[in-house]
Amino acid sequence: MAFEGLAERLQGTIQKIKGKGKVSEADVKEMMRDVRYALLEADVNLKVVKEFVKNVSDRAVGQEVMKSLTPGQQVIKIVKDELTELMGGEQSHIAFSQRPPTVIMMVGLQGAGKTTTTGKLANVLRKKYNKKPLLVAADIYRPAAVKQLETLGKQLSLPVFALGTDISPVEIVKQAMEHAKAEHHDVVIIDTAGRLHIDETLMQELKDIRAIKEPDEVFLVVDAMTGQDAVNVANNFNETIGITGVVLTKLDGDTRGGAALSIRSVTQKPIKFVGMGEKMDALEPFHPERMASRILGMGDMMSLIEKAQANVDEEKAKELEEKFRTQSFTFDDFLEQISQVKKMGPLDEILKMLPGAGKIKGLENAKVDEKQMDRVEAIIYSMNTQEKTTPEIINGPRKKRIAKGSGTTIQDVNRLLKQFEDMKKMMKQMTNMQQKGKKKMKMPGLDSLFK
Amino acid sequence: MSFFKKFKEKMMGTTQEKEETISITNKFKEGLAKTRNQFTSKVNDLVAKYRKVDEDFFEELEEILLQADVGFETVLELMDSLRFEVQRKNIKDTAGIQSVISEKLVEIYEAGEDNVTELQLEKEGLSVILFVGVNGVGKTTTIGKLAHRLKSEGKKVMLAAGDTFRAGAIDQLQVWGDRVGVEVIKQAEGSDPAAVMYDAIRAAKTRDADVLICDTAGRLQNKVNLMNELEKIHRVISREIPSAPHEVLLALDATTGQNALVQAQTFKEATNVTGIVLTKLDGTAKGGIVLAIRNKLHIPVKFVGLGEQMDDLQPFDAEKYVYGLFADGLELESENEDKE
Repeated sequence: MAFEGLAERLQGTIQKIKGKGKVSEADVKEMMRDVRYALLEADVNLKVVKEFVKNVSDRAVGQEVMKSLTPGQQVIKIVKDELTELMGGEQSHIAFSQRPPTVIMMVGLQGAGKTTTTGKLANVLRKKYNKKPLLVAADIYRPAAVKQLETLGKQLSLPVFALGTDISPVEIVKQAMEHAKAEHHDVVIIDTAGRLHIDETLMQELKDIRAIKEPDEVFLVVDAMTGQDAVNVANNFNETIGITGVVLTKLDGDTRGGAALSIRSVTQKPIKFVGMGEKMDALEPFHPERMASRILGMGDMMSLIEKAQANVDEEKAKELEEKFRTQSFTFDDFLEQISQVKKMGPLDEILKMLPGAGKIKGLENAKVDEKQMDRVEAIIYSMNTQEKTTPEIINGPRKKRIAKGSGTTIQDVNRLLKQFEDMKKMMKQMTNMQQKGKKKMKMPGLDSLFK
Repeated sequence: MSFFKKFKEKMMGTTQEKEETISITNKFKEGLAKTRNQFTSKVNDLVAKYRKVDEDFFEELEEILLQADVGFETVLELMDSLRFEVQRKNIKDTAGIQSVISEKLVEIYEAGEDNVTELQLEKEGLSVILFVGVNGVGKTTTIGKLAHRLKSEGKKVMLAAGDTFRAGAIDQLQVWGDRVGVEVIKQAEGSDPAAVMYDAIRAAKTRDADVLICDTAGRLQNKVNLMNELEKIHRVISREIPSAPHEVLLALDATTGQNALVQAQTFKEATNVTGIVLTKLDGTAKGGIVLAIRNKLHIPVKFVGLGEQMDDLQPFDAEKYVYGLFADGLELESENEDKE
């Protein structure tokens, strides 16, 4: 049930326009409706959507789109640029205090991921900024919340200041400040209890904590899956306590994360970090452009390219390309390729970043089984050199031997052989296409990204 | 007959029944107060603003529903059937429209399949309830509340600490176990959750428990390995008791947007979800996505979480839910009807 991205949505409308030769105002209006749908399905708040669509259509109705030969691309480009701009410039950094300790307060609703993020943030501060953070367990309400932070502290070998659950959070934080000074911690991160933004008593408590020592940063931790209500939450927290930035969590899920845009536009506060997994180093800086692509369902090419660049050996890549062209691709190269891909991280995450991946046949519900890759590797390892280079010679008895050697079945071997054949065919087609010109290669949204 | 009248009649059963219904309805009304205040006052504003039922009216109503996270497709469907109904009944002014709206909402919710909101537990012997969901939706808290609820119904309840991954999760369940006064079967952090389930079922059988509620670690539905793990847990439970798990409840955060639909679908594929618990409905979020889930996937909501106290878990009732959303407006309407 993956939702259609903007590119897919626009395709239908553009198809209609294509034959016309000229784009009318009504056509732009229709395209704007597609934009509206796409943003709403990405959970961008309705009010934000309306304002956004209005701005974009003003630009679109102007010369830009009407004169363009590729109105669809043009609309996507305008929408994406506008989105990126709205979500702020480049990623912002943490405001460290001139006089340590720097105090960071983590606030948010229940279950947003404050405690986990507190651990991750401390980890980043130590690794990248060479800081000596102290974690403060000020969530005395949720059962075992203190214990959770203590366990994280132990995992990361970071000190946690905790006084159990019988002392008020305000008192805990007061004592923690003393402790931090005495122990020369230069950063103090306060993990507060999750609370509803409409709970006046608990919101007052946050104000009281805030009053102890003016924090340098107050981070609102928000679940990326949050729907229309994100604006209310962000607004209330910002108005009552005053936030300085936002951390968007659980972005490793498959949500579009339109909440990011909603929060940004109602609070005007930057999104500083995003949570990308359950491991303690899965906290990354926020990239407005990538988020814009994601909200529009265009995949995350930048992240993918970055990952590939970081992990793929350029020499080997060139070699491989040469082999593609000359059709001398063997199972050995296949193995090499698998190991390169594996280095980039979990496959399903990589696939998710591909624009239009949802539209490729067989990939709609792409669920990649990492074990399947191990099996493929095992099968190839069970082949001899001759079989690897000329798979055509693999007959019945050889298949049986390979299956036995790799602990798989003959069907598995057959499947791999077929896949390999298909892959070779596909490469042939692709190289042919490249020679004929790139126009035939149509992947929704892809070309617009490479402009 | 208007929706409200039908509803009223329903409440006119035996006196005892009536009182019960009223008290639950009140609980709903209280818990949903914030939701209702926002949602209903908007509908009221709308009705006051537009005297006539016209396209502008529909457009604004559509926006109200979109802002409740109902989701685009479901809203469109609803608007279509509303337009049809308005035409058929020849409704011209907005005064008569509120009951039609809530009728349609309930209809969408109850469409087609049987609408079983009660837990399907064994009359004799052990019943197993498995909780699943993404991270931070409130699985453990809901388990605590449900244990309390079942225990006060006179059942012997045990808990299985199947979240062996998140730091402090086992302790969190233990605190709830102590609070409610039920036994928690657990192993060390990091152990195989399927093994915990196996142990827990054995223990529950020996100790003659009526209900075993199993906690699992929160997982995002696009993590294939973790979903496979969940399937394995499900398999181990079914192997021990063929009819189990008797209920697989998906905990869903009411603040979640359209991704909830994907969540429900993926978890349903992996573990055959039998019902939803809509948590955190005491905030300002409306949880409208459950309408879309019901509409598309036919999974009923069985409970709603309306607060942090032990007894803040209430059985879900579509009519009351919708009634809660529209209560003020409906009462007005009915008074007018009575006067006539």
